[in-house]
Amino acid sequence: MSNSSPIKGRLKVFLGYAAGVGKTYQMLEEARELKRGNTDVVVGYFEPHARPDTIALMEGLESVPLRAVEYRGARFEEMDADGIVARNPQVAVVDEFPHTNVPGSPRAKRWEDVIYILDHGIHVLTTMNVQHLESLNDQVFNMTGVRVRETVPDWVVQQAAEVVMVDLTPRALLNRLDRGVVYQGDKITKAKQNFFKESTLVALREVALRETAFEVESRQPATNAAGRVLVYITDDPSSIALIRRGKRVADYMKSECLALVVSPAANVSHLAPEQLKHLQKNLNFARQLHLQTHEIIGSDVAEHLVAFARQHGVTQIYLSRPKPSPLSMPFTKDLVEKVARLARDMEVTIVAERVTKK
Amino acid sequence: MPQPNRLTPDELLRQVQAEEEYARTGRLKVFLGYASGVGKTFRMLDEGRRRRERGQDVVLGAVQPHSSPDLDDLLNKIPVIPLLEIEHTPVMDVETILRRTPLVCLVDGLAYDNPPGSRNLHRWQDVEQLLAAGISVITTINLQFVEELREQVESIRDKRVHVSVPVAFLHRADEIVVVDTPTDFSVARTADSYAAAEQDEAARKLSQLRELALLLAADVVDEQLEGFLPAEGATPAWGTQEKILVCLTPRANAQRMIERARVICDRFHGELFVIYVGQSDLTADGQAALERNLSLARQAGAEVKLMTGQDAVATIIEFARQQRITQIFIGHSLNKSIWGRFTRTTVDRLIRAAEGIDVKLFPH
Repeated sequence: MSNSSPIKGRLKVFLGYAAGVGKTYQMLEEARELKRGNTDVVVGYFEPHARPDTIALMEGLESVPLRAVEYRGARFEEMDADGIVARNPQVAVVDEFPHTNVPGSPRAKRWEDVIYILDHGIHVLTTMNVQHLESLNDQVFNMTGVRVRETVPDWVVQQAAEVVMVDLTPRALLNRLDRGVVYQGDKITKAKQNFFKESTLVALREVALRETAFEVESRQPATNAAGRVLVYITDDPSSIALIRRGKRVADYMKSECLALVVSPAANVSHLAPEQLKHLQKNLNFARQLHLQTHEIIGSDVAEHLVAFARQHGVTQIYLSRPKPSPLSMPFTKDLVEKVARLARDMEVTIVAERVTKK
Repeated sequence: MPQPNRLTPDELLRQVQAEEEYARTGRLKVFLGYASGVGKTFRMLDEGRRRRERGQDVVLGAVQPHSSPDLDDLLNKIPVIPLLEIEHTPVMDVETILRRTPLVCLVDGLAYDNPPGSRNLHRWQDVEQLLAAGISVITTINLQFVEELREQVESIRDKRVHVSVPVAFLHRADEIVVVDTPTDFSVARTADSYAAAEQDEAARKLSQLRELALLLAADVVDEQLEGFLPAEGATPAWGTQEKILVCLTPRANAQRMIERARVICDRFHGELFVIYVGQSDLTADGQAALERNLSLARQAGAEVKLMTGQDAVATIIEFARQQRITQIFIGHSLNKSIWGRFTRTTVDRLIRAAEGIDVKLFPH
């Protein structure tokens, strides 16, 4: 029945900036409201560590049972996307959008489960915090010192019909934390030492407000697309931050974003297995973020890069910052210079990985 | 080398004075709406009620003449200081409130003008007086009454308003909350009617207003962040907002850089800075070109900074760190450079020093 439903479900994201701002609460309130209006609503996944107020809202809502997954001898429970599709409600409520499923689940990520559910014509309400947005990963690391592992690609959130911000001022949130509404016991003190510093919360809240504004704006009739962004990818880990940054700028400029690998020989056979693995990883990452990836053969990276850019109507080239040590890759230092010299009709941007903290 | 995060005695003194001043004045909390009927007044009154239940002394200094059972219920729970009626205009009774000295005063409708001869021309000035007297204020305002946004909002709403509050007053708020309308997630719509709804003029206008409100709140929050940075001795957090710094040099194609920076800044709703690090040996032509470029920068709405420093790169980077710059734009003249003899030019050094900041190169 996978393609029997021509109309996709609509996705609504409740976006917050920290645990305890009330995302799940607001989502469940909306679910109850829909149910009162005779909409067929089920809860597909509900975070069991929720606060008492929130748990109370679950009363009277139908849940689709979770599905048991065996992994390394242990038993885990995950959302049953197939069960939800079989139940076929009008609306499914799915908490914790960025969650990673246990290996052995049909899909690796909960957001993939949600896309699967939407493809079956079921509307979905879901929750996430802004720091789980892929393109913000480096900035969030810089603000919080925390490298968020579970991320959602920006294009997934872009597909949502609506993004609403669940807002609470940091002071009110800290009050709730102190009153034991968010966490209990030691977790409170621990949280305050890490994530729940007021300055960190204020910074994250600002990011969430701006992100929501961007989500609102990008759902308006589009202004003209302007130029194209090209990201130069190598096997170096710095390519990851470069991809995030190039894609984010491209999204804001409403430009297309391309990624390019230039190898001196066919089949990238010159690379050691380890390097090849990293290169593939970086290319896959680019594809996951919906960059159009290209691989070309050429001995002179700068010349081929710029020629490719010109052929493809690129207006901005993104390069990683040269390594501090000239020994690591002697030609990278000159790559920036040579590209800048050749691409005089384009903007060349050098991105330094944002890893200054910790 | 000076520690970037260590404060000088003067800075420390200023910080202590600022903290004392802060402790003396009341806190300001603003509920910001972007359409009428979204429930700003309800949110304000509800917070007043909760504070009273926690034992705080809360009074209602001003309420607008609207009524609903929900509001009436809340209104009964909070003592009211009646408005004065001067020349048929409702005026907040500042004197009575000051005498009463509550902990918190609720002020509905911040954007009211008082009649001539009142102690203040505007209600927001009344609020300033309450804050100065150590009374905390919780207030409501609609987006269209923010002076700096008035034109933009009027072009969206097609309606004129005649009173306003300067955005600087909102920037000093300790807390700002956007009161978001409950959006209409109707599941009954088909794909066709949804497409039709997307084109719906009213929905589009509401979205534009919603975006403006969110961005205004983000700006206010950014001000709060500035307050934390020195106090917590924290390294400034980059990237809450895009901030672009254009470096002027006598030969750089300043016009192109400033134009591009403006476009990118607008897309990100960011801030634009233009810096010139002084060189003593400017020719008369160079000086004239610089003046032209500076005036271009000001026309583009950039914050212009003229600095002197032995080491231009160090000066630029230091300024960039202070301002939490995310992108530096700089001109280069690499066309004359000979491959293989790349010397450590200014640009090269800047790229190496700009850890965590993008550097965008523009050919001369």
